Amino acid sequence: MGIGILALAGAFLLVAPLGLKPYGIFILSMWAVMTIAAIGLNLTLGYAGQISLAQAAFVGIGAYVTAWLTTKGAWPFWPTYALGFASCFAVGWILGYPALRVQHHYLAFVTLAFNTLVYLVFRNEEWLTNGIYGISNVPRPSLFGFSLKGGREFYYFCLANLVFVSLAAWWLIRSPWGRAFVAVRENPIRALSLGVDTRRYTLMAFAIGAGLGGISGALYAPLTQFVDPTPFALGLSLNLLLMVVLGGSGYFFGPFLGAIVAVLLPEWLRFAQGYYLMGYAVLVMVMMAFWPTGLLGLADRLLKK
Amino acid sequence: MAAAELLKFENVVAGYGKETILHGLSFAVPRGAMTTVIGPNGAGKSTAFKAAFGMLAVRSGRILFEDREITNRAPRELIGEGICYVPQGRNIFPELSVLHNLEFGGVAAPKGTDLKARIEAVMDRFAVLRRKARHQASTLSGGEQKILEIARGLLLQPRLMLIDEPSIGLSPLLVEELFALLRELRKGGITLLMIEQNAKRALENSDYGVVLELGRMRLQDSARAILSDPRIGQLFLGGGLSA
Repeated sequence: MGIGILALAGAFLLVAPLGLKPYGIFILSMWAVMTIAAIGLNLTLGYAGQISLAQAAFVGIGAYVTAWLTTKGAWPFWPTYALGFASCFAVGWILGYPALRVQHHYLAFVTLAFNTLVYLVFRNEEWLTNGIYGISNVPRPSLFGFSLKGGREFYYFCLANLVFVSLAAWWLIRSPWGRAFVAVRENPIRALSLGVDTRRYTLMAFAIGAGLGGISGALYAPLTQFVDPTPFALGLSLNLLLMVVLGGSGYFFGPFLGAIVAVLLPEWLRFAQGYYLMGYAVLVMVMMAFWPTGLLGLADRLLKK
Repeated sequence: MAAAELLKFENVVAGYGKETILHGLSFAVPRGAMTTVIGPNGAGKSTAFKAAFGMLAVRSGRILFEDREITNRAPRELIGEGICYVPQGRNIFPELSVLHNLEFGGVAAPKGTDLKARIEAVMDRFAVLRRKARHQASTLSGGEQKILEIARGLLLQPRLMLIDEPSIGLSPLLVEELFALLRELRKGGITLLMIEQNAKRALENSDYGVVLELGRMRLQDSARAILSDPRIGQLFLGGGLSA
């Protein structure tokens, strides 16, 4: 059954842009980009059990690296994409060190402070980031001589990236690494007695999660073609956390569903005009109150019955 | 020729924070045998295991495995050397499946290890684990959970198994089965070092005994000699034995 649903969803994602207006295609592209960031956070939080409220900062770093280098530096896209991943991986590794000392809500505050710090750098260090004016005219890349300038073409590019990241994450979770992440999440002391280097895996969980945030950002910049500090404030981190938890933390497809709720649902609810955000908030509260394991946790429970 | 002793503590001092638990502990674990460590609460039995397995810093002294120093090496490396540690209490991951728990046993496996084949072999040996492979581990009975832990440890084919109070919380019948399993492992060539509260029964199943008190070794002898030593009977084993 799982494969059937997957094939159906895949077919939908391939066909959908044909019947959508440019704005719809943009939103669907944003869903793919945010899902990539949420997959990263799901590795850090869902699989390795380390709470992070800094994922938006990594999306931001990835976006600024790509935006800055492809405009001011006139770099081609791919090296900036790789650099976006690498720089977030490195910073994520460093951010992992506090997690070796503190856990849970203390760690949440450490990462929250980090997100705020990065946001302030984006906003205040004008010489580097152009401050609140942002960086505009971020070019969209071409692939094998094929231009991705059009919204539809760029959507398929984002989708291809999502598939690539998903396959990599799937492989990682299935590997001994993935098992070690879960062991660290479930019980660090037991994991240690099984020979898991809990230190290294905690840092790695942060670094890989952050790296995927960077990839998400590297796609975000050419998608919106404009990067400014506002989207990377704490709000996005909370939103990404919501995607992971709502979809089902620690479930592979959790982020995909969570991102539907967080990115697409508010758009669909727009018909309610001023009330749509209130309705959305109530919906999220109800879902969390009754299905704390997220949508996939709920599906799991229903299927087992 | 390999030494007669597989594991050796030499004047080991270790503890938690400012508190010192092991005050120069020295004893040796004979190769291919089953040795039980006994002693009153606070004697440092579990602490000695943790120190040997790199989970507690040794402040001074040395620990040798196969005549090579392993003091303060990381658990992961010690697993690579062939040491396996089954801590006290429940050490499974209760929320995950039995199979997933077994897979964790291979987390530290060297590259190229055929884990699938080893898991199959372990499940051949313990039929209950195959039958319940997809069940959540918390649904196993206490005895089955202990078997799962031991099976998980066997995945990496250890030469030395440190096992801390395996019989805790098990019914007398299951304890018998567990000791039978441990004797079988010893026959298969694994050296066993075990801590047991149920000292009399453990010694009856062991080749050697080590008596700890206040972080030092008080006595080391054959299990039989310790069982019949009247002082030990009064000190640790409760009445009845010395009579």
